[in-house]
Amino acid sequence: MSDLSPQDAYNFAYLDEQTKRMIRRAILKGIAVPGCQVPFASREMPMPYGWGTGGVQVTAACLVPEDRLKVIDQGADDTTNAVSIRRFFQRTAGVATTGATGEATVIQTRHRIPETPLTEGQILVFQVPIPEPLRFLEPRETETRKMHELEEYGLMHVKLYEDVARHGQIATAYAYPVKVEGRYVMDPSPIPKFDNPKLSGSPAIQLFGAGREQRIYALPPWTGVVSLDFDDHPFETSKAPHDCDLCGAKDSYLDEVITDDQGGRMFVCSDTDYCAGRRARGMKGRLWAPEPEGAA
Amino acid sequence: MTVMEKVAATDQPLLKVEGLTRRYGPRIGCADVSFDLYPGEVLGIVGESGSGKSTLLSCLAGHQRADLGRVSYDGRDVLAMAETERRRLGRTDWAYVHQNPRDGLRMGVSAGGNVGERLMAVGARHYGQIRGKAVDWLGRVEIAADRVDDRPSAFSGGMQQRLQIARNLVTSPRLVFMDEPTGGLDVSVQARLLDLLRGLVRDLGLSVIIVTHDLAVVRLLAHRLMVMKSGRVVEQGLTDQVLDDPQHAYTQLLVSSVLQV
Repeated sequence: MSDLSPQDAYNFAYLDEQTKRMIRRAILKGIAVPGCQVPFASREMPMPYGWGTGGVQVTAACLVPEDRLKVIDQGADDTTNAVSIRRFFQRTAGVATTGATGEATVIQTRHRIPETPLTEGQILVFQVPIPEPLRFLEPRETETRKMHELEEYGLMHVKLYEDVARHGQIATAYAYPVKVEGRYVMDPSPIPKFDNPKLSGSPAIQLFGAGREQRIYALPPWTGVVSLDFDDHPFETSKAPHDCDLCGAKDSYLDEVITDDQGGRMFVCSDTDYCAGRRARGMKGRLWAPEPEGAA
Repeated sequence: MTVMEKVAATDQPLLKVEGLTRRYGPRIGCADVSFDLYPGEVLGIVGESGSGKSTLLSCLAGHQRADLGRVSYDGRDVLAMAETERRRLGRTDWAYVHQNPRDGLRMGVSAGGNVGERLMAVGARHYGQIRGKAVDWLGRVEIAADRVDDRPSAFSGGMQQRLQIARNLVTSPRLVFMDEPTGGLDVSVQARLLDLLRGLVRDLGLSVIIVTHDLAVVRLLAHRLMVMKSGRVVEQGLTDQVLDDPQHAYTQLLVSSVLQV
């Protein structure tokens, strides 16, 4: 026993088989009832709540040794959360990892949907902090459950009404509520509303895991998802009105980067893989300057 | 035909209650209550604290389960109804005005949003129309249109109560339950609220069940009166008749206990 390295002492993908079985049952139920929040017995994970414990458990339950895993955090593959979760599964499951959206079979994501269109056979796992879209309007869980059960979603529009009354438009920019197949109102996790249209009719399976709140919900492939709105204030996506300064993309979601204390700024794709892919194909933005050979 | 004539033309009771009983373990909440409520009629329920008035009201409104008895609304059995249907009634045909406006309002949502909620709950999806209707209803309960985006927490107690009434009446309900609507308000605000309620009830032809311990309120508003004591109805009849010529010993006590100014 003593020659086992710590990694080998764990079951494949960290969780024991009974736990994975329990999570898979919740996932299957979620897929059978799109948008419905299914409770599951969330486990303690070796990371703090808020760092993707729900997403990690869903990913662990989905992974098989042949999978190729991609982990993104706010669109980037190289931020702390993404790096640590990717390394976690490299060590506990030994699966291959990738940064390329097209090559991945399982993608765990925090707050973004990749720009590159997903394909059939891929699984997109979202990390969800608060799965209940009605939470900030109705604090009682017993009452929100009843509202989902009886399809009483008028309250969701009260939130949008407040937005328009206060800001003249629907100011909700992320975690924008959606209705799934005309039935459940769902929180799409804090993705920007720019990504909302990508939820609908996606060929990939989309799974949502909330660890602290112990809920899993799902969108099976080709599910219709509609963003809520008013007849006279229709849903609109929004992004910074610029092109990417590195790759010149006009159609991707942008992050604003402050470059100095003189008001200098640049806009870059939040999806690093998409941006790098475009640059590799020779597309250039306003500020792109290739690093000189041997600089690193 | 005016509203009152339309109301008079129907001779079917809107709400029919038979032998309604609610027990809290061995104790009685309310026992064996029966009455009919006709369209356009205002029924007052009076009695001392703990006499079962509020229990009766919440059983009728479906907030609590009754143990025995039958309640039929417009020919439909309310107690046997599926919860979906009862809650739909609760936000279309029925309205419930709480004693404390904080129970009936969403304090974190603007006045306009509070009034619009019931509209959106029954499917209104046009912002301009919802807002127009909200402003219209704020006007009807004498709240200035420029307060439409203020939160109820910025309102006085009387305004909060009026807002609660607007929020409840916006979907044109036919039956309104009121639990001490003037409780906790000072007398001049009470008088204005009563005046407003009387106008709305008459103009809209509402049927109202109003629970109160204030005999002046029922004298002004109610057509008929039910007196409760220890969970049972001890006397009922026309309001003026009951108040001017009380028969039951408890009613006599109640009427003679009112302070004269």
